[in-house]
Amino acid sequence: MGERQVQPCRIKSPISVEAIKALRAGDRILLSGTVYTARDAAHKRMAGLLAEGKPLPFDVCGQTVFYAGPCPAPPGRVIGSIGPTTSARMDAYAPRLMQEGLCVMIGKGGRSEPVIDAIRRHSGLYLAAIGGAAALTSLCVERVEPVAFEDLGTEAIYRLVVKDMPLVVAIDCEGGNIYERDC
Amino acid sequence: MAHGVKRKRGRAAMADGLRVIEAAEIAAAVRELCIEANIYAGADILAAMGQARSGDASELAKSVIGTLLDNAEVASRERLPICQDTGMAVVFVTIGADVHVDGDIGEAINEGVRQGYLEGYFRNSVVRDPIDRVNTGDNTPAVVHYDFASDDSLRITVAPKGFGSENMSAVLMLNPSDGIEGVEGFVMETVRAAGSNPCPPIIVGVGVGGTMEKAALLSKQALLRDVGSVSADPFWADVESRLLEGINKLDIGPAGFGGRTTALGVHILAYPTHIAGLPVAVNIGCHATRHKTKVL
Repeated sequence: MGERQVQPCRIKSPISVEAIKALRAGDRILLSGTVYTARDAAHKRMAGLLAEGKPLPFDVCGQTVFYAGPCPAPPGRVIGSIGPTTSARMDAYAPRLMQEGLCVMIGKGGRSEPVIDAIRRHSGLYLAAIGGAAALTSLCVERVEPVAFEDLGTEAIYRLVVKDMPLVVAIDCEGGNIYERDC
Repeated sequence: MAHGVKRKRGRAAMADGLRVIEAAEIAAAVRELCIEANIYAGADILAAMGQARSGDASELAKSVIGTLLDNAEVASRERLPICQDTGMAVVFVTIGADVHVDGDIGEAINEGVRQGYLEGYFRNSVVRDPIDRVNTGDNTPAVVHYDFASDDSLRITVAPKGFGSENMSAVLMLNPSDGIEGVEGFVMETVRAAGSNPCPPIIVGVGVGGTMEKAALLSKQALLRDVGSVSADPFWADVESRLLEGINKLDIGPAGFGGRTTALGVHILAYPTHIAGLPVAVNIGCHATRHKTKVL
């Protein structure tokens, strides 16, 4: 795993079903397009809205969520340092959001069985960003706009436009998993 | 009025031969240390990562370490924090017996954190209560540990701690009969369970002995040691090297994508303990494991 391609391939977000199906755990990609940030507090609020039968603050259908809470933007910059947070904390919410149509998640670290099942069932994808490479990743962000829950500060939902963000396919739509290696 | 009283105390202290350090000086030092620790990676860690890159056989592992080294360079060049999780500020203060602090040292430390995080454009990651979880908006309060020395200096270390790695840390109260095998087994199990979450390559801080909270504190202090340094006690130095070898066979690897470079160092601090106990704490530090020190 991880050695089947030499060069990372460029992928557009939202990621098409065809592109998702072609990717395998261990593949390196450069992602460009729209992604939405959401971490602990935003997920809790989204779960609350769904429980009350209310609509989500953005249409998650086919979209990509990035588990991240950025640093504030210094003067002259679009955004401060930004990188993935531990995805496992969002495991309680992910299957429900995938049921709403969410396709792709970006984070770091392994996922629970229910999330891996949901990825298989909904032909989803889980991408890993390199934890802590946040200064570098901030250079990939071209645009930022707040979408919802602005009172949460860094934990609000932001729509980002990214260019060539380096990621690794961690769990593919067939359940291939970079964190479950034979060794 | 209160100000006048403070000044008088300061002068009286000088008359007693004590060195007076103004609270504002402490705030300024903490501010500077918060900024430096979050932006500039430690030279010891960068050297260890450079070495690890050439030693790891996996191409993906080499590429991840390369990315982390590039990230450190961009952070320092652009004055951006290495990681978006600029952490909860953990501050170690050692106060010399011949020092008189003119003002409230606790408030000065928090003021330094407030200014450092604001001016550095760092993320505010602290909530006022573990359950209601309202952000304090200025990354205070810090977690402060005070210690004392016999000189006339004041030593401050700021170690911003991110929670990707902090959440993977653990304490266990072993029985004396569990011995060194029990200690090593617990360290290995904690690192294995942490997997890719604490942003490997990690630094493993281990505290053995004391009481529960002493072991935990030692494990954090162990993270302040230079990567590549070994315990002064030959017994524990052996344990460190054995654990590092074992951990680097777990195939977690950089970012958890596999490879030999799971940890850059295992640092153990031991302390006397009770006849009935063998406390062990494991504090995991990420590949940034930030800390900067200043002596006033």
